[in-house]
Amino acid sequence: MSETSPQDFKHLALSLAGAQDSAPWLDSLRFTGTEQWLEAQWPGRRTELWKYTPLASLQRGQFASWGSAQAYTLAEHALLSLDAIRLVFVNGQFDAQASAGDVAGVVRFSKADAAQQALIEARLGKIVDTKRHLFASLSNAWTQDGVLVHVPKNTKLELPIYIVHVSTPEATPATANHRVLVVLEESAQAEIIEHFISDEQAQNGFVNSLTEIQVGANAHLSHYRMNLEEEHIIHIGGVHINLASNAQYLGFTLSEGSQLKRIDYQICHKGKGAHAGLNGVYLPRNEHLLDYHTNVEHEAPHCTTSEVFRGIIADSARAVFNGRIHIHPDAQKTLAELSNKNLLTSDKAEVDTKPELEIYADDVKCAHGATVSQLDQTSMFYLRSRGLCEKQARTMLSFGFINELLQDLPQQAVREHLHRHLTQLFDKDHFAS
Amino acid sequence: MLDIRNLNARVEETEILRNLSLRIKPGEVHAIMGPNGAGKSTLGNVLSGRPGYEATSGEVEFNGKNLLDMGIEERAREGLFLAFQYPVEIPGVSNMEFLKASVDARRKHLGLPELSSFDFMKIARETSKRVSLDAAFLKRGVNEGFSGGEKKRNEILQMMLLEPSLCILDETDSGLDIDALQVVAAGVNSMRSAERSFIVVTHYQRLLDFIIPDYVHVLAGGRIVKSGGKELALELEAKGYAWLEDEVA
Repeated sequence: MSETSPQDFKHLALSLAGAQDSAPWLDSLRFTGTEQWLEAQWPGRRTELWKYTPLASLQRGQFASWGSAQAYTLAEHALLSLDAIRLVFVNGQFDAQASAGDVAGVVRFSKADAAQQALIEARLGKIVDTKRHLFASLSNAWTQDGVLVHVPKNTKLELPIYIVHVSTPEATPATANHRVLVVLEESAQAEIIEHFISDEQAQNGFVNSLTEIQVGANAHLSHYRMNLEEEHIIHIGGVHINLASNAQYLGFTLSEGSQLKRIDYQICHKGKGAHAGLNGVYLPRNEHLLDYHTNVEHEAPHCTTSEVFRGIIADSARAVFNGRIHIHPDAQKTLAELSNKNLLTSDKAEVDTKPELEIYADDVKCAHGATVSQLDQTSMFYLRSRGLCEKQARTMLSFGFINELLQDLPQQAVREHLHRHLTQLFDKDHFAS
Repeated sequence: MLDIRNLNARVEETEILRNLSLRIKPGEVHAIMGPNGAGKSTLGNVLSGRPGYEATSGEVEFNGKNLLDMGIEERAREGLFLAFQYPVEIPGVSNMEFLKASVDARRKHLGLPELSSFDFMKIARETSKRVSLDAAFLKRGVNEGFSGGEKKRNEILQMMLLEPSLCILDETDSGLDIDALQVVAAGVNSMRSAERSFIVVTHYQRLLDFIIPDYVHVLAGGRIVKSGGKELALELEAKGYAWLEDEVA
């Protein structure tokens, strides 16, 4: 199928915007989004942020309808076994049956009361920088519903919020817009898990997702985001976080590949003494294209960032990693570290990695590095000298390479789910060939 | 058990072992001593099939089979075990999973059923106690952050679990303090039996105070230049290796 021109794609996308009812109070966000989406330059090979990630498969996709609400039974093994406040969206549509009832602090935009509407209006689309994030404009243009997590001052959410997005088979290529806004007031605490999955029968789908997070002073957020949709699902997603003084954000993200996945993380240290920890794993295989772009803005002094991303690229897949840390002139006493390691398990696998450090303050400690390698031969010999066959040794070493980031995850349900899920994936050989 | 006949081997382009012959019967402990660079470690590496260590001529028979024809894992499953001089750290791979996989592979080869995880953990815990390795080490990454002594004890732990018929200890004493040395030696001694043989490669006589060998061989310039009983080790300790090298030259 041929590619739609950027202009046609933009209009096709916008034709969807009017196809659903939305509350009038969200109109101004939608108008602004529409304008920015239409005005923005379409990314090409010369667009630095999209240099290695062509959007051809998106333009070919004929995504001319919204995902449909379906009665879909979730397979238990596909979900975390976890006591949590669960919200389930099927093809972008809320599934009340599979979701928890009303819980204080968690509300969908469409059910928000006046105070919550005011909070959403004040924050939504304001944490993300739409000038740098084209698909955030589209998300704004599309927004008619979403999830607000609002944790008041000095409050700790006892249960994790577990948001599940499922893509299921549709008659025609369909689109879903996922929107999450998290606001932690001063000294609040919460844990949020976003889990994207697809039914194995799912055909072409496009998921545009945007999560905006405000962590207030001294507040603490743990955030997991797993993109486990298969093969046919295109996912363009963004997580945008503002940290007030002494706020803490601990993030973990893991993505399997598909025909196109692009995930952006943007973290802004707005107040002094904040800490951000972000670990990530990417596992593209087959012909996948998987792109992580992270950007950390140190705007305030005495903040710390620790970021570790690891990827295993198999078959003819391609991964892109771009990790930028930007230390502003006022951000003295910053401590920032970024590490990216890649393992290629095939001659045709490719990774384009670029750590970027921009420092405009003079009293900071920063380190960054990226490596691309193959399995260590001494370790291979060690394992085989204990009786493991070559394939078993390869699988064990590859898994070990990413397991370093999995084994210490504080959330047991995530840790165990991923361990089980990835063991099955690794048994399929891609990451051990 | 092991019959090495006129073995020549090279590492990359350098000829290291020259016409080496050695016969080991079941139950025997052979010490291989010699100066640095004599080819002591090369012997263990060639026997275990390490890539880059190539036997260019000669024969090695192990339990009646041609050892040099076997792949690395096949040799291990047949009962050959090399305790590494520098055990490898593998973060992210749990020691317990690694140990179970290796024991499973050996048992399968012997036609024995796989052990359940529960049974294996019990055995692994008991065995780790025997080498004074805290059970917490079983849960860590393979050798990850282990001290030199802990790594060597982990090697002996593996050896005990795999119950090999031929154990090659490659400078297992290097970097060990006297307490760790005794733990390691006690582990080895507890494994000695009429069916199991050992090759103890060492630079120093000290280890042989604790693991008493039946035979001592001196390796110099890639071949065995002198063989004798355990008293040869003491002579070497007193006189060094230079006199032998002179003798050979």
